[in-house]
Amino acid sequence: MLGYIWAFMIVGGVVFSFITGKSDGISASVMQGADKAIQLIISIAGSMCLWTGIMNIADRSGLSEIISRMLSPVLRILMPELKENKKACSAVCANVTANLLGLGNAATPLGIKAMKELRRLNTSTECPDNTMIMFVVINTASLQLIPTTAAALRQAAGSSDPYSILPAVWISSLIALAAGITAAKLFGKASEKKRHILIMQRS
Amino acid sequence: MEKIGDIAVPFIICSIILFGLYRGVDVFEAFKEGVKEGALSLWAAAPSLAGLVIGVSILSASGFFDIISQVLTPVFSLAGIPSEVLPLALIRPVSGSGANAVLSSILGEYGADSLIGRTASVMAGSTETTFYTIAVYYGAVGIRRTRYTAAAALTADICGMISACIFTRLLL
Repeated sequence: MLGYIWAFMIVGGVVFSFITGKSDGISASVMQGADKAIQLIISIAGSMCLWTGIMNIADRSGLSEIISRMLSPVLRILMPELKENKKACSAVCANVTANLLGLGNAATPLGIKAMKELRRLNTSTECPDNTMIMFVVINTASLQLIPTTAAALRQAAGSSDPYSILPAVWISSLIALAAGITAAKLFGKASEKKRHILIMQRS
Repeated sequence: MEKIGDIAVPFIICSIILFGLYRGVDVFEAFKEGVKEGALSLWAAAPSLAGLVIGVSILSASGFFDIISQVLTPVFSLAGIPSEVLPLALIRPVSGSGANAVLSSILGEYGADSLIGRTASVMAGSTETTFYTIAVYYGAVGIRRTRYTAAAALTADICGMISACIFTRLLL
């Protein structure tokens, strides 16, 4: 998928530049792009690594376990099935906590572990159940205490105050999360109703 | 409101270190370990970020984004999303490195502290690489059909983007 997007950016960009008559700038922009790429990676490395370092202290000191335990009742309301499956519950909570703290390397394996536990409860072979969908939707709404990458990119672009975006990011993430949860619940109910009607019609 | 960000960062760093000391953790060892992990994952992500930065700079030099913006502006302006951040809104759900490349180009062009730059930063910070996440998680357990997952996740993304535009204006 990304291969196609990337090829489109390059080939499409070149073709487009002929249509818009901006083809003169293309070869310069290729070189500049390559230059910018290396500069960007070096200039975000410092602040990105600062945060992975700090958050690793949080993880080692057991702070993530505490947060995970605090999140557990909330997540059990959103995904009632978790009440019956302790293993799935702890994997889900640990994953959400890792996302919250920005422990990206830990979050994905924990999320996959949670999916495997949820899969065991799921009787259908092909389709995800409502719990799995809710879990994935929560993961796609980024809830992160410190938006490290965005802040690092701002720093690299010469912002005088890279972290000034924090309050707006927190509010927007919460709204996105609330919207995702509401949508998942509504769509879940709608699809169950549809299934009921289908079963009724068949019988 | 923007002062909250200023206070939150040192506060969070200090509380985490103090909590680590209280729990008897070798905080500097743990810090170094985390830095190493972060450096490794940045190293792993570097090639795709580099490739996409090059792609984005060709595409924006070609005038492609200008035309796309002109076409889509009426739809997005209804939702209150400024046309300058459109490329970011389009690539965000698909590719994280692509979104970083686009965000960096927007910040370079309009300035990191401009309204456009801040809006784009908030947008990138409050949404996720939706399709990638869906593919990885369902792929790991061999589920092919996703039912209403994408619909619900994209609802979240759109709401996040619209509120990013609103709250950047209100708070910053």
